[in-house]
Amino acid sequence: MPPDTLSDSPESDVTSALTFKDTELTLGIPGEPTRSPAGKFCTKRGFIETVDLNLRTSTSKPRGKAHADEVDDRSDDVVSGTCKTPASKTQVVGWPPVRSYRKKALESCKYVKVAVDGAPYLRKVDLETYNSYQELLMALEKMFTCFKIRGNYLDESKVIDPMKEMEYVPTYEDKDGDWMLVGDVPWKMFIESCKRIRLMKSSEAVGLAPRTPPRCTTTT
Amino acid sequence: MMNYFPDEVLEHVFDFVTSHRDRNAVSLVCKLWYRVERYSRQRVFIGNCYAISPERLIARFPGVKSLTLKGKPHFADFNLVPQDWGGYVQPWIEALARSRIGLEELRLKRMVVSDESLDVLSRSFTNFKSLVLVSCEGFTTDGLAAIAANCRFLRELDLQENEIEEKKNHWLGCFPDSCTSLVSLNFACLKEINLAALERLVARNPNLKSLKLNRAVPLEALQRILMRAPQLVDLGTGSFVLDRDSDDSETYRKLRTTILKCRSIRNLSGFLEVAPHCLPAIYPICVNLTYLNLSYAAGIHGSELIKLIRLCGKLQRLWILDCIGDKGLEIVASTCKDLQELRVFPSDPFGAGHDAVTETGLVAISSGCPKLNSLLYFCQQMTNAALIAVAKNCPNFIRFRLCILDPTKPDPVTMQPLDEGFGAIVQSSKRLRRLSLSGLLTDRVFLYIGMYAEQLEMLSIAFAGESDKGMLYVLNGCKKLRKLEIRDSPFGDMALLRDVGKYETMRSLWMSSCDVTLGGCKTLAKKMPRLNVEIINENDQMEFAPEDSQKVEKMYLYRTLVGPRKDAPEFVWTLV
Repeated sequence: MPPDTLSDSPESDVTSALTFKDTELTLGIPGEPTRSPAGKFCTKRGFIETVDLNLRTSTSKPRGKAHADEVDDRSDDVVSGTCKTPASKTQVVGWPPVRSYRKKALESCKYVKVAVDGAPYLRKVDLETYNSYQELLMALEKMFTCFKIRGNYLDESKVIDPMKEMEYVPTYEDKDGDWMLVGDVPWKMFIESCKRIRLMKSSEAVGLAPRTPPRCTTTT
Repeated sequence: MMNYFPDEVLEHVFDFVTSHRDRNAVSLVCKLWYRVERYSRQRVFIGNCYAISPERLIARFPGVKSLTLKGKPHFADFNLVPQDWGGYVQPWIEALARSRIGLEELRLKRMVVSDESLDVLSRSFTNFKSLVLVSCEGFTTDGLAAIAANCRFLRELDLQENEIEEKKNHWLGCFPDSCTSLVSLNFACLKEINLAALERLVARNPNLKSLKLNRAVPLEALQRILMRAPQLVDLGTGSFVLDRDSDDSETYRKLRTTILKCRSIRNLSGFLEVAPHCLPAIYPICVNLTYLNLSYAAGIHGSELIKLIRLCGKLQRLWILDCIGDKGLEIVASTCKDLQELRVFPSDPFGAGHDAVTETGLVAISSGCPKLNSLLYFCQQMTNAALIAVAKNCPNFIRFRLCILDPTKPDPVTMQPLDEGFGAIVQSSKRLRRLSLSGLLTDRVFLYIGMYAEQLEMLSIAFAGESDKGMLYVLNGCKKLRKLEIRDSPFGDMALLRDVGKYETMRSLWMSSCDVTLGGCKTLAKKMPRLNVEIINENDQMEFAPEDSQKVEKMYLYRTLVGPRKDAPEFVWTLV
């Protein structure tokens, strides 16, 4: 790593983070050679000879898939680390002390609450058990059998006909706390960012533009 | 007097001495006892695989049948140790294979295991019976296939929380039809499994007592498996989901009937995927349970969890998620009067933690469960008053690990550090062996630990203390200390170097993001040739003419009889 990266400002680091440094998986504010709360990780292995230090050259050892998993695990930290300011919610490496195996096992349980306007109680669904928006909405329809849910989903290049008597629009709250219309992003991305689901009354769904052209009946 | 007995008699007496420590003590009495003990030793425990070499192990204990090895430092669990640091089992297996050791059991923790190692293992020891891998990595299901195919008398294959690459092979089908000796099988950490092979395997292994399934085993298959194995003592379910709407009421009814026959189940875990409406099927066996692990069952919460726990009056060990809440812990306290071990894990480590537990839950547990001796508790907050109450209610802690999610949080009521609270714990639990601290802590807590924690063997410190005095209190006071791990605390060279001989009485010391410098580490390494002082330099922060005054990001030192290790990667520097 060239010496002048040590004095990079955070802003330039963010832009360079999109290229080479992104794959470097460095955490925290650059330019701080010693301890920082965000911790550090770097996959680059520099080899420099120094006086008095007993150095060992690496011998090749089988890596196994574990390496890839470790990288993925750290990349989550990178996304949160480089984009946040140090003050508030910097995620410290290795804290809380939960084994990465456990973190991954629980992460893959994507249970989100589902609220329907007018229903007296909420339900929970595990998004991981569905493979597409179709499946999810069918399951939601089964769960809340008295409500008909609208969905217009461009499946590849196919437009699925809107269901009859649409009263409810499926919306969700994403990681940033914004309320979004279900169906805009690819399914995998949706699972990653969805925190909760709300089946909103169509009459209230003002301002959320329908995905398909306005030939379908809506109040928006 | 004992010298008048022939060696066989001594050996017979020593057979009754089973713990590693006791046998180690026996071997130090005199040369005769050393000799008899070493030839008769069957089980060897090596807490740090770099402290000794396989050749020396084999030379000293030619009769060894069971070997336990641990590799990476504990903080590797939390991503503080880079990949490729070390901990390879290959040299051990190769050396054992070359020797005439009749290895029967191998237990590994935090080690790197390759398919080749597993293959050599499976072919080299005809009586091999038991393989236990905990938090290991580096192998695939090909390695498991070799074990299944070649170990003709395999009794135990226990895979706990390993990172295993899964190939398309059906490794489970590699168990030959003649394999009927299985007692324990745990593959919960895998994602896939060959169901048909599993059911056949269970059917022909009538001695199976412990079976832990993975998510790929659906409820219908569980029912069929339990039909074949009603003798199970230890069950980990996989998927526990039946679609409420489908025609599975028949399956559910069969499951209920089958479970009723499983009267031997004492340990229950799994529920990696669960539909709460299926839980009543296990209600009938709850009354017999002594160990319940729902720490991966994110799908059970609130009232269902409580309904389940109310039935478990005989529980001794409970592992649970913090979504149980303080109220849920109160139910545990009033139901599980025999509780000895409680672990409460965070269900959402970085989230808002609305469901998380606080000091209230812990105090309730301590007052309802006076036998509590082992605790791991992740919580939102803790108060000194609560810890003092817990200390008073439960004076029998052997393990006390508290993790406040915000690591430097003070007592929210008084805004004071938690020194007094932890002080009360160490003072009251005279048999405390393991302690993990968190929250706002000054040097004072270490004064208390040094004064009172006479049996303490392992101490984990994070974001705590104010000066070198803190670390010194611990090093001076805790005579039985074996493992000390410290991160993000202001301890430096003065504390590190005050009593260099101390580290030869310990297994290891880990210090990361502290104030120790390269110069300090070098001094220590020079004075103590029987320590390996390793610096982990993953960031190249030491790349440019490192000065002795530069702080070391990660240092790991451990006593060893075999000098610097030869397999260290280039980012690990062993100082001499």
